[in-house]
Amino acid sequence: MRALQEEMDQRYLVEIQMLKEKIKKIRKSVLEMTASTLPGIHVGASLSCIDIIATLYFMKMRHSPYRPDWSDRDRFILSKGHAAPALYAVLAEAGYFPKEEFGTLKSLNSRLQGHPDLRTPGVDAPSGSLGQGLSIGIGMALAARHRGSKNRIYVLVGDGECDEGQVWEALMTAAHLRLNNLVLIIDRNGWQLDDRTEEVKRKAPLKSKIESFGWQTYVVNGHDPEKILDALDLCELSDGPAAIIANTMKGKGVTFMEGTNKGHKMRFSNEEYLEALAELEEAS
Amino acid sequence: MRAIFGDTLVSLGEENHTLMALTADVAKPTGVSKFAEAYPSRFFNVGISEQDMIGIAAGLALSGDIPVVAVFAPFLMRAWEQIRSTIARANLNVKMVGTHAGLSASDEGGSHQSLEDVCLMRVLPNMTVVVPGDRQEIAEATRAIVQMKGPAYMRLGRDESLKFLEGDCVFRLGKAATVADGHDITVFSNGAMTSEVLDAVKATKLSAKVVHVPTVKPLDEEAIVAAARETGLVVCVEEHSVIGGLGGAIAELLSSEYPVPITRVGVKDVFGESGPQRDLLRKHGLVAESIGDVMMNIVGRKAA
Ligand SMILES: Cc1ncc(C[n+]2csc(CCOP(=O)(O)OP(=O)(O)O)c2C)c(N)n1
Repeated sequence: MRALQEEMDQRYLVEIQMLKEKIKKIRKSVLEMTASTLPGIHVGASLSCIDIIATLYFMKMRHSPYRPDWSDRDRFILSKGHAAPALYAVLAEAGYFPKEEFGTLKSLNSRLQGHPDLRTPGVDAPSGSLGQGLSIGIGMALAARHRGSKNRIYVLVGDGECDEGQVWEALMTAAHLRLNNLVLIIDRNGWQLDDRTEEVKRKAPLKSKIESFGWQTYVVNGHDPEKILDALDLCELSDGPAAIIANTMKGKGVTFMEGTNKGHKMRFSNEEYLEALAELEEAS
Repeated sequence: MRAIFGDTLVSLGEENHTLMALTADVAKPTGVSKFAEAYPSRFFNVGISEQDMIGIAAGLALSGDIPVVAVFAPFLMRAWEQIRSTIARANLNVKMVGTHAGLSASDEGGSHQSLEDVCLMRVLPNMTVVVPGDRQEIAEATRAIVQMKGPAYMRLGRDESLKFLEGDCVFRLGKAATVADGHDITVFSNGAMTSEVLDAVKATKLSAKVVHVPTVKPLDEEAIVAAARETGLVVCVEEHSVIGGLGGAIAELLSSEYPVPITRVGVKDVFGESGPQRDLLRKHGLVAESIGDVMMNIVGRKAA
């Protein structure tokens, strides 16, 4: 019994280690896209949610790149669609399409559009206009419940995105419907387009607001895959919809972006790219 | 970006203390940040809440102020029903500016490219709709919509960097301007497209009348019917869906007033996609070369 427990602990540690290595590769992919995509990308918003999306796809969700249209797969909706490069990097790492396609991002006829689009293998819902993903998630959760499918629906929104009234309409609806197969994750990086979130429009106290709508709500360090995973596990125990507020940093891992909004949309110069890359290599 | 619009708003704000500006977390990209710096107490960034913003603008207008809202064109359309039911229906003095319109949000893709905004705004009773073509006209049109009474929509795209309308072509609300004269064919266009049309005329050496129509509503019916009568052939060019925009408005007018063959050049009932702006324009036939081909074809057909 004891031996079995030890073996499982060991396996978990190995899996987490593998996940962290994958995350490093995914971060590198996003840095590459930031350098190679002429008009620039929303790199800050992408770097803040990579740990979350990668943990979902590699440790939590049931999905298969060999059957992207498997109807009982778990779904992921990137409601903050401007972080598309993070999703593309994860999907390519998972095998949905070759990484060579990163070079075509945002170019004419590419499968990799500026914002998520169903033409990309693995993308479960379109986005780009903020505030719509949670409602789409409710639709998917209802469909799953109706079909008796065990699949679970994950929706990632930005903290600025929570300004949209539709988010709060959906929060109320999902709680009313007791959708225990729906999880909302908020990328709480503290910035939106014009300024810091609390300067543009106060979101705090975000946790108690969401709780008061009837959601089980957890707060985690959004850059710690183990903590994210723990929270995702807890969400499965909830008898209604569950939310995770993931505290993150816009531009995570690149010092010249962290704590600023410089990376809201940018293209790396060669020097910036090399600097960011060196920093990634140095980090454990 | 959008510096001309922002600068004009600042000088209008100095003249008129009831002028207010609102945005939904896009103060910098739309240019209203300049107004925010100049008159912080008359500026409201309500966050990413377009519908809320439109309602607030309605309340300001109902209190005697002149609110100017500026957001990306496609996301202004999120509040279309609020615009319809409150602002247009009550004929409120709210000025709405949609930036990054047409294909100009090129790399962001279909979600950010608004190809239906002129149609959606034009269909609303009481609404004035303007699509200025270059730097000077943006400044003049901004001034004009603020000075008129009632709701107005101004569409801005990549026109900010252009300068092609002659110095003596002054924007007047509801007036079209003949920017090139000829007798074989008439081309109606607006926004930055007029610049492509003028290049097309130059390259083809056709005798074409080019009528720039920066006010889509109210339409300059007299000038449009007269031009159609003079040449007998009409082409409409716009960075918008071929359904419901300038071409649609002109077709509606001419079908009853002076029926002639009308060719509408624009985006043919498809959504946008990511790509360099020039490539996108080329794909949809919205560059001088393709516009010239269309004109040659039509004139050739008439001659044959
Ligand atoms: C409906 C809508 N309005 C405005 C925008 C323009 N926009 C793109 S990103 C952004 C800020 C988003 O902030 P947040 O959700 O906090 O995401 P972050 O970039 O900080 O991760 C805005 C306003 C949009 N895409 N959709």
